[in-house]
Amino acid sequence: MALLSCRHLDLGYEGQAILKDLSFEVNTGDYLCIVGENGSGKSTLMKTILGLTPPLGGRVETGEGLRQNQIGYLPQQTLVQRDFPASVREIVLSGCQGRLGLRPFYRRSDRERAARAMEEMDILSLADSCYRDLSGGQQQRVLLARALCATEKLILLDEPVSGLDPRVTAEMYELIRRINRESGITVIMISHDITAALKYASHILHIGTSVFFGTAAQYRESAAGRFLTDTKGEAR
Amino acid sequence: MSELLEKLVFYLSFPFVRRALIVGVLVALCASLLGVTLVLKRFSFIGDGLSHVAFGAMAIAAVLKVTDLEMPLILAITVLCAVLLLKTGQNTKIRGDAAVAMISVGALAVGYLLMNLFPTSSNISGDVCSTLFGSTSILTLSLTEVILSIVLSAVVVALFVLLYNKIFAVTFDENFARATGTPAGAYNLMIAVIVAVIIVLSMNLVGSLLISALVIFPALSAMRLFRSFLSVTVCAAVLSIVCSLLGILISVLADTPVGSTVVVVQIAVFAVFSLIGALQRR
Repeated sequence: MALLSCRHLDLGYEGQAILKDLSFEVNTGDYLCIVGENGSGKSTLMKTILGLTPPLGGRVETGEGLRQNQIGYLPQQTLVQRDFPASVREIVLSGCQGRLGLRPFYRRSDRERAARAMEEMDILSLADSCYRDLSGGQQQRVLLARALCATEKLILLDEPVSGLDPRVTAEMYELIRRINRESGITVIMISHDITAALKYASHILHIGTSVFFGTAAQYRESAAGRFLTDTKGEAR
Repeated sequence: MSELLEKLVFYLSFPFVRRALIVGVLVALCASLLGVTLVLKRFSFIGDGLSHVAFGAMAIAAVLKVTDLEMPLILAITVLCAVLLLKTGQNTKIRGDAAVAMISVGALAVGYLLMNLFPTSSNISGDVCSTLFGSTSILTLSLTEVILSIVLSAVVVALFVLLYNKIFAVTFDENFARATGTPAGAYNLMIAVIVAVIIVLSMNLVGSLLISALVIFPALSAMRLFRSFLSVTVCAAVLSIVCSLLGILISVLADTPVGSTVVVVQIAVFAVFSLIGALQRR
């Protein structure tokens, strides 16, 4: 049984399907990049996997003991967060809330887990800083640490490098690769950046007018992949 | 100075002044707790809308002449509207802010109309003024109202402490909270219900038009200076208690309306905190 399998998914809002009959599987250790044009349904797919938006048809199944609420999630930043008065520690710790259940307060083990995640993301020294005072790259590390608190197996990233400068973008990709290789956490990432997707990902899911699912090497050989990589690797 | 102190001691010997102080402090504490969440979630307007609903509800209660059940009735209507507002906020047909405007203005109009059609006393404009600006109602609290206020405040504070971590998570990132299994919808509902309770409680202190000030000012002031959620929340609570104590005492001594005095004290504190915040950032 795969870690995550989507079977014959129809995606969309209010009965309007934007994507039909989508099936793919993600196995432990995979690094899947979801690429596609704006409005092709990438974010909707991610919300469906997380159980935030019900699919119009088909099913999302989790295997290997993974429950749907044990998926780490790095959402795109919202307006509310930009001037939110919260310390880095408070935000990272809130990643442990799935473990809380009906308990009102965090345990020592939760706090230690948050500290480990901050150490892994190299933000332990910022633990008491205010989130709104951080740079864009630092804020993404905080949200990544929070996602790590929520999961041991699978992490979902929604355009994690949008708005970051090239140097910070490269650092972010390295960080994600480390999470995947060294901590053995499966990664699913939405991205606009085809070049990086081909460089780092093991599998590619291209959705839009044509749908492709396969390994990165297969994608390079496919019609859609060749078209995109020939035109300087920028998917728009 | 000693003259002032004597006057204060003299006033404090009256039970109604002591009652006003107790209820005023409790109400202000409750109102400030959820202020941070409401401000950050861009929900402050819901508090405003609900306060107008509470005005309408008070008019209905006055017309029905149910003096004993006045507060429970107002509470029920306001909680119901809080739930309705939250539900319509998620509905795409009428946008959330439009729904709030609709309900709040509607409640104001219906309330005023009812008070005029079924006058309970000869001085209608005085009645309206006191419900809107809470001029004297805090000084005329009955013992039942005081006890009800204490119990409700205790419940609100207890709920807030127990749900603190969940409230933080839902405020900071609702989607993440939902994805990791926190029923954000249920917590939003609970927040709305608590806000409704707080608003009904605060009506006695500042009147329905000035309630939002109790909710928003302490949070905004605290956010000028503090940089973690916990410190902002604690600071807002402390500020709110100090401001309402000061406000009530000043109003008793200087013979000014209680509600507006409390709000003016809060405005002054906000100004001071903004200034310090601006100087710090230099």
